[in-house]
Amino acid sequence: MQERHPLRGEAITRELLRPLTQTPMVFWIAVIILGAVLTAFAFAVGWMFYWGLGTTGLNTPVFWGFMITNFVFWIGISHAGVMISAILRLTQAEWRRPVTRAAEVMTIFSLMTAMLFPFLHTGRPWRTVYWVFPYDFERGVWPDPRGPLVWDPAAVFTYLTGSTLFLYTTLIPDMALLRDRSTGWRKTVYTILALGWRGNERQWKLQLVAGILLSALILPVFVSVHSIVSWDFAVSLIPVWHASIFAPYFVIGAVHSGVSAVITLMALMRWLFGFHNYLREEHFDSIGRLLIVVATGWIWFFLLDIIFAMFTRDPRELEVMHQRIFEWPYALLLAFIFVFAYIIPVPVWMFRKFRRNIKIMFWTSLMVNVGMWAERYWLILPGLERKFEFTFMWSWYRPSIVELTLIFGSFALVTMLLLLFSKIFPPVAVWEEKEGVNFAQDIQVGKRTVHATIREE
Amino acid sequence: MSARWGMVIDLDRCTGCQACVVACQSENNVPINTEEIFHQRRAIEWIRVERYWEGEYPNVKARYIPIPCMHCAQAPCESVCPVYATYQTTQGINMQVYNRCIGTRYCAVNCPWHVRFFNYWEPRWPESLKQQLNPNVGVRSRGIMEKCTFCIQRIVRTQQEASLEDREVEDGEFTTACAQACPTDAIVFGDLDNPESRVAQMVEQTDRGYQLMGGLGTDPAVLYLKKIDPDAPEQEDYH
Repeated sequence: MQERHPLRGEAITRELLRPLTQTPMVFWIAVIILGAVLTAFAFAVGWMFYWGLGTTGLNTPVFWGFMITNFVFWIGISHAGVMISAILRLTQAEWRRPVTRAAEVMTIFSLMTAMLFPFLHTGRPWRTVYWVFPYDFERGVWPDPRGPLVWDPAAVFTYLTGSTLFLYTTLIPDMALLRDRSTGWRKTVYTILALGWRGNERQWKLQLVAGILLSALILPVFVSVHSIVSWDFAVSLIPVWHASIFAPYFVIGAVHSGVSAVITLMALMRWLFGFHNYLREEHFDSIGRLLIVVATGWIWFFLLDIIFAMFTRDPRELEVMHQRIFEWPYALLLAFIFVFAYIIPVPVWMFRKFRRNIKIMFWTSLMVNVGMWAERYWLILPGLERKFEFTFMWSWYRPSIVELTLIFGSFALVTMLLLLFSKIFPPVAVWEEKEGVNFAQDIQVGKRTVHATIREE
Repeated sequence: MSARWGMVIDLDRCTGCQACVVACQSENNVPINTEEIFHQRRAIEWIRVERYWEGEYPNVKARYIPIPCMHCAQAPCESVCPVYATYQTTQGINMQVYNRCIGTRYCAVNCPWHVRFFNYWEPRWPESLKQQLNPNVGVRSRGIMEKCTFCIQRIVRTQQEASLEDREVEDGEFTTACAQACPTDAIVFGDLDNPESRVAQMVEQTDRGYQLMGGLGTDPAVLYLKKIDPDAPEQEDYH
């Protein structure tokens, strides 16, 4: 149920464009801190390229570690964009309006950050560029399409292209708005980006159709991206990775962490830009309710994964399962995942009072993502440490300072890109907000006034 | 020239002396595994001897098993490489193309025998050993995978010599470094397709043969011969 906050068109424009014109002190402090972290990140990347992957904590047979975990995590975060915009747009959920832009932008930036990691993670990144991206037509040496590491970039780049087009389609009316209200070089930039938008009926219709088409087309990609990321693991022979349930399990986990990240972002935007009139408590309320369902779905798949492992009665599978459920340190990590990603947040979200408390929503959503990062680690590492019965070769993994810097750097990178985006483009879609106001109507039912929304079919 | 190269390792003859490991290291220019490298658990050993203790003190037995690359006919490492850096030759050898390798390490992750190794560091040799490097084998840079090649340089050279002299490669004309160094003759290498070869006859005649984790269905080219031990407890089949 939408609550009514009557706002006039001009007020909406002025308030939503405020982040572009005013820069609070917090913004500069954030930019300086993030810039420092990013410098460390760049240094760590350079150090690793120069000395080789020996600077990480990886060994034999733990060939994959923090970087792959982080890759899966950021791909997961990117699922929020389509979940919020495409699915909620197609199902015409009104409360999506102020959230869509932020969710889509986060999708794009987290996808870009995610793809950075498999690249950094290869032994010879310069060769990766050389062999993988320009296909070697001259000599007829092609990438091997049998392997998931080829499916993976294909899926992710399809998703990135689709999301970028989708975001751009929704940006056009706002670009025109900015074009009409800016001067100088900014006007030139916005004029180009607005693609000659005049806001006539035909253009609106095209924009609407393009939005619906793109969201419908992106939906299969939404399912496929994290399925394929999960197949990076599931098609291998490693006990506990080799599971048919991995695809849906990863997808629902991705939605769980992604939508939680959107809450974190909404709370931050509300605090930083003062969007109290737009990112209202009711939005946190709705998204909290959505998350209860998603989180419960995720925990269901989480438990199914364990049950399916027992179902096979494969001794190797059971050994690793035993290790990661009962043995130090994975037992502690498992408890941590349960508590952070489910046991604390979900009961809290059950209460309307808490769902409407921005601070509580902020901290619980942050907890979910800490838990989900740990979950990815918990899924990936134990299988490698005790791969098969050669106890002679069993190993352990301790991340090095270089890897830790890369992980923190990735968070700084996404945050920095989001901050910079908000200086150039409106972080909440102005036209969507106005459209929502135009569609809203009060209907008298007996003695009560009910808020309703008119839709154009 | 057609062949399917294969190996038989007789565990009844293996004493765990590590001569095969040393021979392999010097033949194939494998970097020196220093103590520090071992502590980092990044040692590169194309063939390694695993030691397992059996029984409780004082009735303890040391069991040794040398493990080179299995050169599977259906190798799990091959299909996961995005750039075809590892592939099956027509002679049944699982090859690694060093120039092509970008170091995703997926092949090593997917290898159940842990016989693929990653060059975490630039390889280094002490000054005294630099003249010892085998000129027939390339030195691998950091950032790529390497593994047992069944001493491909020896195979190629013998086949070239044979073809120049217009004859077939004879069995026993050459062997791998590990088999050559083995003092107890526990490792036998040869052409499985040649019914006259020693390795093919051993495969044919033995009743002790098993493939290591053969249950995975990858069809390894290395056959192990079980240790003859009247006291050994009946083992559960663990496939």
